Amino acid sequence: MGLVLNEDESLLQDAAEGFFADKAPIKELRNLRDNRDEIGFSQALWKEMAEMGFTGVLVEEEYGGVDMGFMASGIIAEQMGRNLSASPFLSTSILAATAIREGGSDDQKSNWLPKIASGDAIIALALDERAKHNPDNITTTAERSGNGFRLNGSKAMVVDGHVADAFIVAAKTGSQEDGTEVTSLFLVDPNTNGISTERTIMLDSRNSARVDFNEVEISGDALIGNIDDGEHILRKVLNAGRAAVSAELLGAGSQAFESTVAYIKERKQFGKIIGEFQALQHRASHLYSEIENARSAVMAALTALDKNDDNSEGICAMTKAKLGSVAKLASQEGVQMHGGVGMTDEYDIGLFMKRIRVLQELFGDASYHMNKVALSNEY
Amino acid sequence: MTDLKAFSLEVRTWLEDNCPDEMRQPITSDKDICWGGREWEFQSTAQKVWMHLMAEKGWTVPTWPVEYGGAGLSRAEEMVIKKEMKRIGARSPLDSFGIWMLGPALLKFGTEDQKKEHLPPVARGEIRWCQGYSEPAAGSDLASLATKCEDMGDHFVVNGQKVWTSYADKADWIFCLVRTDNTGKKHHGISFVLFDMKTDGVEPKPIKLISGRSPFCETFFKDVRVEKKNLVGVQDKGWDVAKYLLTHEREMIGGQHEVAGSLTRPLHELAATVLGLDDGKLSDTILRSKIAETEIDEWAFSMTLTRKLAEAKAGSSLGADSSMLKYYGTELNKRKYELMMDATGHDGLEWESDRSSDGKLARTWLRTKGNSIEGGTSEVQLNIISKHILQLPGA
Repeated sequence: MGLVLNEDESLLQDAAEGFFADKAPIKELRNLRDNRDEIGFSQALWKEMAEMGFTGVLVEEEYGGVDMGFMASGIIAEQMGRNLSASPFLSTSILAATAIREGGSDDQKSNWLPKIASGDAIIALALDERAKHNPDNITTTAERSGNGFRLNGSKAMVVDGHVADAFIVAAKTGSQEDGTEVTSLFLVDPNTNGISTERTIMLDSRNSARVDFNEVEISGDALIGNIDDGEHILRKVLNAGRAAVSAELLGAGSQAFESTVAYIKERKQFGKIIGEFQALQHRASHLYSEIENARSAVMAALTALDKNDDNSEGICAMTKAKLGSVAKLASQEGVQMHGGVGMTDEYDIGLFMKRIRVLQELFGDASYHMNKVALSNEY
Repeated sequence: MTDLKAFSLEVRTWLEDNCPDEMRQPITSDKDICWGGREWEFQSTAQKVWMHLMAEKGWTVPTWPVEYGGAGLSRAEEMVIKKEMKRIGARSPLDSFGIWMLGPALLKFGTEDQKKEHLPPVARGEIRWCQGYSEPAAGSDLASLATKCEDMGDHFVVNGQKVWTSYADKADWIFCLVRTDNTGKKHHGISFVLFDMKTDGVEPKPIKLISGRSPFCETFFKDVRVEKKNLVGVQDKGWDVAKYLLTHEREMIGGQHEVAGSLTRPLHELAATVLGLDDGKLSDTILRSKIAETEIDEWAFSMTLTRKLAEAKAGSSLGADSSMLKYYGTELNKRKYELMMDATGHDGLEWESDRSSDGKLARTWLRTKGNSIEGGTSEVQLNIISKHILQLPGA
């Protein structure tokens, strides 16, 4: 059926639930933030995630991974969302692992996949360039230069770009006969001459980078897949990314909701528990219904990816649109129902609102995906 | 899984061989829906043949035991039949309140004699049932119902009035909630009884709705004699039966829009036909966003229906989640019909013309307003979610 967890997946869920609640609860994120941690996540945690097999969830066994598939990756992401756990899981274990698995040469695979699985490499996707996600409007270029390429352009919202051991860069490599530009993907060393990286600390205390490429010379074997053929790899990477971000949104949204329900069962005003007021009960029950639908969407998207469904792209787009809206509603209702304390740093609900805001934006917000769904249905 | 695949193939072949072509055409009027019953006039030979063939297979009620007219199949196998029927656009062979509501209640609470007497005629489309639940003073607050049922020793006598009795004027029998004791709390003293609508003293009167149609009745009972063998479950404990049956009703109403949705054109296609495209996008860009949002919600909700059915073990009820499905499904259906009215503009306003099939869209739009009222209002469903799922105090 796919929409119900099988036995292995249930075991993984239990393991991930215990692991993140124990090793990377919300207070760890607060510690990283308050101590102005140099990288914004715990290397020790990342190593322990590797020992659990989480980092290599999408890496084949011959490269040291556990190869459990997308449903498994979503189960891990959901638990990270519940605990606001900071780690390079999305950038490295989802996006980079998918790009290299789908398009990488044998050398690239044997160089990088084992390091992804063992937690020894962090790889960041350098795709977006402007304020909004728009993979169809890349202006960074890669021109032929000797046996290699020369990169020019600027990237933004490069998640974990500040600590990456490699970038996966999307750049234009020319045009087709009809004038449409074609994209290629490159695996680039961040220490190459001409690359400058600025760490950008975001409102959720997590990190991205702005990366500039100025006359950056890279070798021909940096290419992932075939020249001018980055589009189809990128599609798979984005599908995986959108599904994983949706799963994390599901975790964050569910936890925000559950914490809010717990709060309105305790808080008293007018001599009553505020959860007795029907105005709050109905809003909470509506939100419960929406979160159930959000969960169904996430499971459908992960199942579609595992089955390599023809409509994976459409399903992931619908899912990202739905999760963006539902998790936003959960965070907004959460802060409002917490009242004044919802505005304080002391309570966790605000941290959920911040993380959800970032995840909403990553790889396309609800408007972006509604438009995409409409276009794919020809309206 | 391999068993299901084999079954799927078997179903496909049988449907190809047996489903008449006429029964694979989209439904265009209410008459295309087969309700069965003593008074039923088949709209065509194909409708009659189709109902009989499916009833013979036990596929009008696939999950009911064979001895009561079903095929003894699992829920998963039932889903296969539905899927294969949908694939060829096959119409439902028989719709009825007997199938959706009375059946599940009798299977759980009925005696062997009651099951043997009442279930097979439902499965074969011979007896059409209606539901006597709401009363003028007992709508959302159903348990305050007052229709009086006196114990006369060897039989009961019923006096009172029901309202919103669907198709009471066309039904053969009624399953009815009555009050056998009014001395205790309101949930106590309710009983669940069955009787023939032809019994002396039963009088249904159709109610005209805003859609111009009359699918519901007021039903009056004056000294109606009911046999004791037609009491279902324990006397005074009928609320247990009523609640169980309501969860089935909610699942049905919540899930109905998906079935109906598969028979009508997608919203965006209708809008594109009427409004036209501008550079590949619907010319009304604000409506376009609302349509995309609603269609995504419909997809997510259909995934929830599939997921919840898969989670519920074969034959078991979804419990309080049926309230979530009922609430969300009906609100979604209302949203969809509002957008259909927006998209069709002036055309959608026509009430009496062949062009509009006598205002089919307008009348259906008005009818959807009742979806979030009947079977417990949206507000009542939200109360149930608050109490039983979120366990909020005082709900």
